[in-house]
Amino acid sequence: MSEEDDLDLNELDDDELVQQMHDDLYDGLREEIDEAVNILLGRGWVPYDVLTKALVEGMRIVGIDFRDGILFVPEVLLAANAMKAGMAILRPLLIETGAPRLGKMVIGTVKGDIHDIGKNLVGMMMEGAGFEVINLGINNPVENYLEAIEEHEPDILGMSALLTTTMPYMKVVIDAMKEKGIRDDYVVLVGGAPLNEEFATAIGADAYCRDAAVAVETAKEFMARKHNQMAASA
Amino acid sequence: MDLQPDESFEFQKGRGDVLLIACGALGREIISLIELNDWRHFDVTCLPAKWHNTPDLIPGGVREKIREAKGRYRKIYVLYADCGTGGTLDRVLEEEGVERIGGPHCYSFFSGNDAFTTITDKEFTAFYLTDYLARQFDKLIWQGLGLDRHPELRDMYFGNYTKVVYLAQQPTDALRQLAQKAADKLGLEYEYRFTGYGDLATFMREQSGVPADT
Repeated sequence: MSEEDDLDLNELDDDELVQQMHDDLYDGLREEIDEAVNILLGRGWVPYDVLTKALVEGMRIVGIDFRDGILFVPEVLLAANAMKAGMAILRPLLIETGAPRLGKMVIGTVKGDIHDIGKNLVGMMMEGAGFEVINLGINNPVENYLEAIEEHEPDILGMSALLTTTMPYMKVVIDAMKEKGIRDDYVVLVGGAPLNEEFATAIGADAYCRDAAVAVETAKEFMARKHNQMAASA
Repeated sequence: MDLQPDESFEFQKGRGDVLLIACGALGREIISLIELNDWRHFDVTCLPAKWHNTPDLIPGGVREKIREAKGRYRKIYVLYADCGTGGTLDRVLEEEGVERIGGPHCYSFFSGNDAFTTITDKEFTAFYLTDYLARQFDKLIWQGLGLDRHPELRDMYFGNYTKVVYLAQQPTDALRQLAQKAADKLGLEYEYRFTGYGDLATFMREQSGVPADT
């Protein structure tokens, strides 16, 4: 039996436990994350601090190592699963405790495309960063996006596609928004393996996000810009 | 010939004045067509089939092969579809002045690009296998996605798919069994569909200078 198998998370002080959570997220240990989240909450941590200092920071490290080619997709998925377990505990508590909200995002995979791994990662990281996320799932025709925009009034619309054959559909959605005269009311972010910045510009999106971490940073920048504009015009 | 996913391959009999730069997953089919039709003027160079999982490597790899070969061949063609490069391969080919086979991926050109366009709207929950992918499923797909180490991730990868469609070029009982086994492993329905070489044969014939009816 390894040393790690004997580790009692309850015996660690707060700093050690948070460090251990970063390691456990990195290793995709769902049950350990679940346990550690409950320990921190039991010690009186506010849910927002557990989320940002333990989970989001842990996933940030995972994201960096993925970008640098140290971690690969399977490891990132395991880490995401572990974070999801922690989020499931924290989500209702975050609402109860009125954690700060940066903005709202509607996100979905476009029509004819069933790939959702990247889109779900973005959704989870956005939620972790303080965005309310409405996830429309896969295979969304333009009507789904327009209805969701009307119903939820988000700040950001996110679209994802993994296929060369489906990525042009993003332009269909953006053109429909233009026709309705609502395009400039929202930030449109796009992502997916075959996309690039040139494509995002060509279809009239605001930005291409190559991974979940970039999506979060880009979304934050746009929200900061929006707040600055509002402050300037007030 | 049984190219492994990480293998490159050269087929040069010393008589070729036309180079075909291809995905390793097509090597066997291309050589079969060359030998079957006695197209002696084709040389072939294949890049690793495992780039199927990392298509961003394809445009650079193809460009390198084109530049190595320029001046040594009368003509160069690329036997890659877009293959998930999102148009980047086409931009490279435009810059290099080289033509490729049409279509978004090999499933499409094996099926015939026109025919595939009509079914793709209805069949977007299908996971396609070709002869090569059926043969190399364990290495390229199962191990390539880390499912040998983490089978619990299967439904995260494949949960939205409904069926495996085996698009067969030169089917054998053994290949059909492998494709069925792959579907079982993924927990999906199985469908068999014979395509033959489809537009691959047509494209190669067009570049061979030999009319279709000879």
